[in-house]
Amino acid sequence: MVNWIVKFFSRVGEPFTNALLKLGFASRFLIAILRHSTTALVRFRLTLREIWFAGVLSVLIIAVSGLFVGMVLALQGYDTLVRFGASSSLGILVALSLVRELGPVVGALLFASRAGSAITAEIGLMKATEQLSAMEMMAVNPIARVVAPKFWGGVISMPLLAAMFSAMGIFGGYIIGVQLLGLDAGSFWSQMQSAIDFQQDVLNGVIKSVFFGVAISLIAVFEGFDAPPTAEGVSGATTRTVVTSSLVILGLDVLLTAFMFRGV
Amino acid sequence: MKRGLIDFWVGLFVAAGIASLLFLALKVSSSSTLPKNQTYMLTANFENVGGLKTRAPIKSAGVVVGRVTRIALDQKTYMARVTMVLDKEYEFSRDTSAQILTSGLLGEQYIGLEPGADDKMLKDGDQLKITSSAVILEQLISRFLFSKAQEGGQATNNAPTNNAPEK
Repeated sequence: MVNWIVKFFSRVGEPFTNALLKLGFASRFLIAILRHSTTALVRFRLTLREIWFAGVLSVLIIAVSGLFVGMVLALQGYDTLVRFGASSSLGILVALSLVRELGPVVGALLFASRAGSAITAEIGLMKATEQLSAMEMMAVNPIARVVAPKFWGGVISMPLLAAMFSAMGIFGGYIIGVQLLGLDAGSFWSQMQSAIDFQQDVLNGVIKSVFFGVAISLIAVFEGFDAPPTAEGVSGATTRTVVTSSLVILGLDVLLTAFMFRGV
Repeated sequence: MKRGLIDFWVGLFVAAGIASLLFLALKVSSSSTLPKNQTYMLTANFENVGGLKTRAPIKSAGVVVGRVTRIALDQKTYMARVTMVLDKEYEFSRDTSAQILTSGLLGEQYIGLEPGADDKMLKDGDQLKITSSAVILEQLISRFLFSKAQEGGQATNNAPTNNAPEK
């Protein structure tokens, strides 16, 4: 009987202790990455290669999605605003929603699934094929040589990609609003400019994307490093990267938005 | 992929990212907070600020000359004390009056400054003496209805308990 109760509670508690263990390991991992970051920054070519993989190769999907999101926002926003005779505020609507929320958040979600999964798969496969152990044999620290450059590549790429997403979205809104729906270009830009504050809106969006960049990169390298060294393990880790980073992005977004825009 | 080519594309990527940030900074947004050494501070007491918020614009003749930085209740007079920061470029005479206005019917509220004729100019930390409060729509409507009811009572001459002084 007592045995059964103990078993029951350990079964119930297991997911929580596991999650806590993982969180602790991830935090220690982050500290280890930061400690071994000097190599990534001194031998910047390593980081450059990761910016290429994480950032440059994501530009296409980010730019195209940004353009389409901006276009859809303009079409939907116009439909509502024109009922109140406020269609000249379309620029404000498009730019504000992109700069504050959609640029950082949707950009980060795309980045997590495009680049985060690739980072996890690469590290996981290196572990499965014992390349990481081989490095250790040669007295090369795999965290300094492989993990830290990937981490910094992601952290550097994310804010730039989010800014591109917002810029392309506003451009898409301009194409729909001004070129297709025939709004006045002057009032579109000037109303946008007077309503959007650089510090309050643009800078806070950039800060958000930096947070997301750190979160995605950490989750991606951690899941790859933690993956069981089997084909199944690597595929599971890749899935977990996308799911966990998406949830963390949205949760962090609530927190950061509450900090930045409360009562304004 | 050759090394030089990676460098080239990463350079292009970073340049494009910075360019979009610049686009957001220069074309999409404007900075409302002026540098500290280019501004001066004024205060004004209002009976009622209505829906005025901090960061609301201060306008004179429709031109934005500053921002509201703080709204607080004065514990002695029970009036609203509004602190505002104005651009040093714009100077106003000492008998300038301030009123709370609304842009459009449902728009945001702002403070309008009406310059006076005094030779002396307002300095940092001065107080605007002549102010008029925000128009509260409910008070306006009730006043209008009240006067309408009174008019109606006078016209039909059967106002029951009319406590307004007549004749």
